[in-house]
Amino acid sequence: MTTHLRFATQQSSSVAGEYDLLFWILTAICGIVVLGIAAMIAYSALRYRRRSETELPEQIQGGIKLELTWTIVPLILFMGMFAWGARLYFEIETPPANAAEIYVVGKQWMWKLQHLDGAREINELHVPVGRPVKLIMTSQDVIHSFFVPSFRIKQDVLPGRYTTIWFEATRAGEFHLFCAEYCGAKHSGMIGWIHAMEPRNYQEWVERGAAEGSMSSMGEKMFHQFACANCHHFEGPATCPNLRGLYGRQVQLKDGQIITADETYIRESILDPAAKIVAGYDNVMPNFTGQVSEEQLTQLIAFIKAISPPPGGDQPSSTGSRQPSERTNGIGEPGSSSITGSRPGVR
Amino acid sequence: MIPAVEVAAERNYLNEETGVLSWLFTTDHKRIGLLYVASISVFFFLGGLFALLIRLQLLTPNGLLFDSETYNKLFTMHGIIMVWFFLIPSIPNTLGNFLIPMMLGAKDVAFPKLNLLSWYVFNLGALVTLYSIFRGGVDTGWTFYTPFSTTFSTTYVIAAAAGIFIAGFSSIMTGLNFIATVHRMRAPGMTWFRLPMFIWSHYATSLILVLATPILAVTLLLVAVERIFQVGIFDPALGGDPVLFQHMFWFYSHPAVYIMILPAMAVVSELVPAFSRKPLFGYEFVAFASISIAAIGFLVWGHHMFTAGTSPYAAEVFSFLSYLVAVPSAIKVFNWTATMYKGSISWDTPMLYAIGFIGLFAIGGVTGLFLAALGIDVHVQDTYFVVGHFHFIMVGGTVLAYLGGMHYWWPKISGKMYPEGLARLSALVAFIGFILTFFPQYILGYLGMPRRYAVYPPEFQVWHVLSSAGASILGIGYILPFCYLLWSWHYGKPAPPNPWKSTGLEWKTSSPPPKHNFEETPVVTTGPYQFGEMKEELDLG
Repeated sequence: MTTHLRFATQQSSSVAGEYDLLFWILTAICGIVVLGIAAMIAYSALRYRRRSETELPEQIQGGIKLELTWTIVPLILFMGMFAWGARLYFEIETPPANAAEIYVVGKQWMWKLQHLDGAREINELHVPVGRPVKLIMTSQDVIHSFFVPSFRIKQDVLPGRYTTIWFEATRAGEFHLFCAEYCGAKHSGMIGWIHAMEPRNYQEWVERGAAEGSMSSMGEKMFHQFACANCHHFEGPATCPNLRGLYGRQVQLKDGQIITADETYIRESILDPAAKIVAGYDNVMPNFTGQVSEEQLTQLIAFIKAISPPPGGDQPSSTGSRQPSERTNGIGEPGSSSITGSRPGVR
Repeated sequence: MIPAVEVAAERNYLNEETGVLSWLFTTDHKRIGLLYVASISVFFFLGGLFALLIRLQLLTPNGLLFDSETYNKLFTMHGIIMVWFFLIPSIPNTLGNFLIPMMLGAKDVAFPKLNLLSWYVFNLGALVTLYSIFRGGVDTGWTFYTPFSTTFSTTYVIAAAAGIFIAGFSSIMTGLNFIATVHRMRAPGMTWFRLPMFIWSHYATSLILVLATPILAVTLLLVAVERIFQVGIFDPALGGDPVLFQHMFWFYSHPAVYIMILPAMAVVSELVPAFSRKPLFGYEFVAFASISIAAIGFLVWGHHMFTAGTSPYAAEVFSFLSYLVAVPSAIKVFNWTATMYKGSISWDTPMLYAIGFIGLFAIGGVTGLFLAALGIDVHVQDTYFVVGHFHFIMVGGTVLAYLGGMHYWWPKISGKMYPEGLARLSALVAFIGFILTFFPQYILGYLGMPRRYAVYPPEFQVWHVLSSAGASILGIGYILPFCYLLWSWHYGKPAPPNPWKSTGLEWKTSSPPPKHNFEETPVVTTGPYQFGEMKEELDLG
């Protein structure tokens, strides 16, 4: 056992500095208030200690000025804390537009991660320092929570939908990844490592991996394997909506509702097409519940995202002969790596 | 206030009737209060035993005693027992039952038979939950998060939930009874603004008990329905929404936090004036603070879900409201502190507990401000920071206030005095043990130690060892009062009617009180805590 009493933890992401600043300012304010109250109580208890059994102090009932003071002053302080806390939260919750996307599937009791270039990892995630990374996460069973203390980030990972979180590692190193939402027997074993690497080393790591194809190319394969392309083809009139440019678009549904086509909507439309039917179309698509795994779903979504918005000119054909240009959001070189054999947990 | 009535101490509620049946069929609110003391003492030590095993397990990173499955059941059962079978009924059903009618100048609660029924229903619920424990336990965490609880757990979820469901009806009965009693049973002259703060706080608690408990019942029922009939309510694989469960659960369970702390504030609001011999500073402000805590407390449940995948805009509203609900709590702390200023401060045991309460509640309260700050919550949510925070409120707050109240009213309850020196020592032991147990947990949480981990990375060990060491001291601080209070029941010095020279109707009758509390219905002419009115009694004493 290390007997060193550690009070602080590493700041290793772009938000960690501001997080700690606010945390310690709150600690200072609250510490002063608590010590002030303690000092006041100690003073009264000593200075006004009962000296005779018949003692009767002056019967003060209260004071409106004091009441107003200790109502309004805390309220103002609290509003300041609220505002700063909310500001920081939006920073933690809002990924930059240029963030590289990584798909995460949580399951009892492991993390499966896949880079856009197709590289897969289990309980390990390699990322370059200095580049924002956005995680698009889902669970295939119960609720998990993606927690990296050194980055000061946490986001629950839910079954049936996607949640996102982002970070930008600011220094190279290995950082704990914990599951923070109790998820059953081996909850405390659902831990891993984030390897933040200098861009040069990261590039080497990417190149060491064997190419198996990018996520979107695997998604495109799936798109044909499940015969999606028979109806959702990209040329001519179709009985099904054209999926090119779907991602991020406003979609008008049959019941008049307008929704944004995000990852969760696309997932639902694959698994349970009847749930939301696009205006102008009939429900002819079969149900895919139980036939597509969460990882295949993320690949299909990566494919649909890769063909939206159309990058102008270079568009994929329905036969899948050309690579969709998904590289805009990738970290490494296209189709370069597949890392499944993870390094054993170091440290 | 009426002059002290000396009642012949020979005949009182304890010896008027004797025998086991006279207790099992009693409708006397004082005896029912004691029946509850017996029940919740059993559950407190059972929950405490689980806590002890948890702290032993965490002495080493790889877990000292149990595998993960067993550990998960331990913290689940610790939480379920402590929350529903100790904390929720702790003060209201024991001291509240005993004191509310007496403080109002009434003979009993409004519905004495319903009161007794609530005790039976409570024990029935407890037995059903205990059944789940003896059949092998439950491993969902006390929060029953879906879809783990509905689809994945293979333990006795339904039995555990059924016990809580049943015990909920006892909460509702008690809440109803208190509301009706406060409205209808006040003695002549006992206007709303002459009510002791104990009554105000319990009135606020009762409103929450009646309004929030049904939501818990519905939520647990839906868990059972999904588990038994595979109806998709919370599990997305069946077409449900797991976050819906969290909304419903916390819509009860956040107000439930105030069910646990408002009665503790009730006790402290009596102790501080009594042992400062000075009126409660800003009585009306403290009273309205209780009511606003009860009201705003219903609107802050979403702060348990900042990282759960809810809308960031909703999170902002919940964060704002959480800061609002902190204001009345702050007001109370300042008013207690101001009550002591220029008072005549006695260092008797109840006051030591009250001072301990204010200090620990203040720390627990300000760390709540961290968790209410959206960005700060992200990192510390679901870590030991949260565990430390709610133990400061629930254990440092509620349990210390419960012990303080037990000591203060013990002469009234038992007619005997407890050993003062030993009691002071044990209050100090509990305070030190508490700080040592739970303060390291804040640091653990900030360092990133997640909660509900059976094993953990070795860098966290030193803080866990400190916490476990503190827990062993804290345990002594709990066992001591249990022993000497029982001892004093038989061997303590007889207590006078008003040993502390307190105001309040409960001190105007004999110790222990007669079966119907007062020989004559008292007539109230002033507000509470008016020590100037008892100058004569002070000089005599």
